[in-house]
Amino acid sequence: MKARVHVFLKSAVLDPQGKAVQQALKTLGFEEVGSVRQGKFFDIETGELPGGEDPKVRVEAYCRKLLANPIIEDFRVEVLAP
Amino acid sequence: MNIAVVEFLGSNCDHDAEQWSLRLSAARSRMVWYTERDLSWADLVILPGGFSYGDYLRCGAMAARTPVMEAVIAHAGKGGLVLGICNGFQILCEVGILPGALLRNQTLTFLCQDVYLRCETSASPFTSGIAEGSLLRVPIAHGDGNYFADPETLRRLNGEGRVAFRYAAPDGSLSPEWNPNGSAEAIAGILNEGRNVLGMMPHPERASEPLMGSSDGAALLRSALQALGS
Repeated sequence: MKARVHVFLKSAVLDPQGKAVQQALKTLGFEEVGSVRQGKFFDIETGELPGGEDPKVRVEAYCRKLLANPIIEDFRVEVLAP
Repeated sequence: MNIAVVEFLGSNCDHDAEQWSLRLSAARSRMVWYTERDLSWADLVILPGGFSYGDYLRCGAMAARTPVMEAVIAHAGKGGLVLGICNGFQILCEVGILPGALLRNQTLTFLCQDVYLRCETSASPFTSGIAEGSLLRVPIAHGDGNYFADPETLRRLNGEGRVAFRYAAPDGSLSPEWNPNGSAEAIAGILNEGRNVLGMMPHPERASEPLMGSSDGAALLRSALQALGS
């Protein structure tokens, strides 16, 4: 199974890095840039899932247990190949 | 008093914490490797500062999932004292013993400087010897010390008197310019519900004798020692 996981700060959490990137883009002349939020993604490949578990449910468990901190971050799972 | 100083790969204030403990004649300290699972012998567990696991994923995220942390959770659950300093505070938040999270400093820069901490409560084993409203001068050294918690959590922390320290001006007042990393409500350190766990970003062990420029931080360990009756 292949999956891509996106992890990003919740909208209520300030993102100073994103803000700095936004300002840098403006400095470069891209005046139209209104806001930038910075996040990260993980490309994950696995062997066969135990008990034929649903891949999305399984990867969401990775997120809750480790990849995202639910206090400050949200995540989105894309299953790329079963 | 038996003090356990936990060492993770990338801890760098472990020996500072050990020396801090050793200078108290009634204390015995031992370094504990992150693979150990038994802390039943310890009265106080210190999670030291540093950059465990290179701050990979999130500060403290990897350390929070090591075997020794199960023992730390068990120790805290039984009412045992735990002090998390800097990276140790981040680990305590990641593992859920303390609420909230530490975000990138609002300045986006690493901050290494002295700060003034206003003691907000004397009702804890770590602050019993520190008068409420008094100031401690201790250093900070971190890139991710910007305390964040949702409004409900902040209300609870305030309502239950669980904010131990806030960043303050030299006259004890609070203002954004004396809140170096942009922490919510200038919070520098918090207690758990049982008040036996303290997490704080500043480094009391680096201000624990006059030679270091300030010995204000020594009061925390002295208080803990007294609380344990040794």
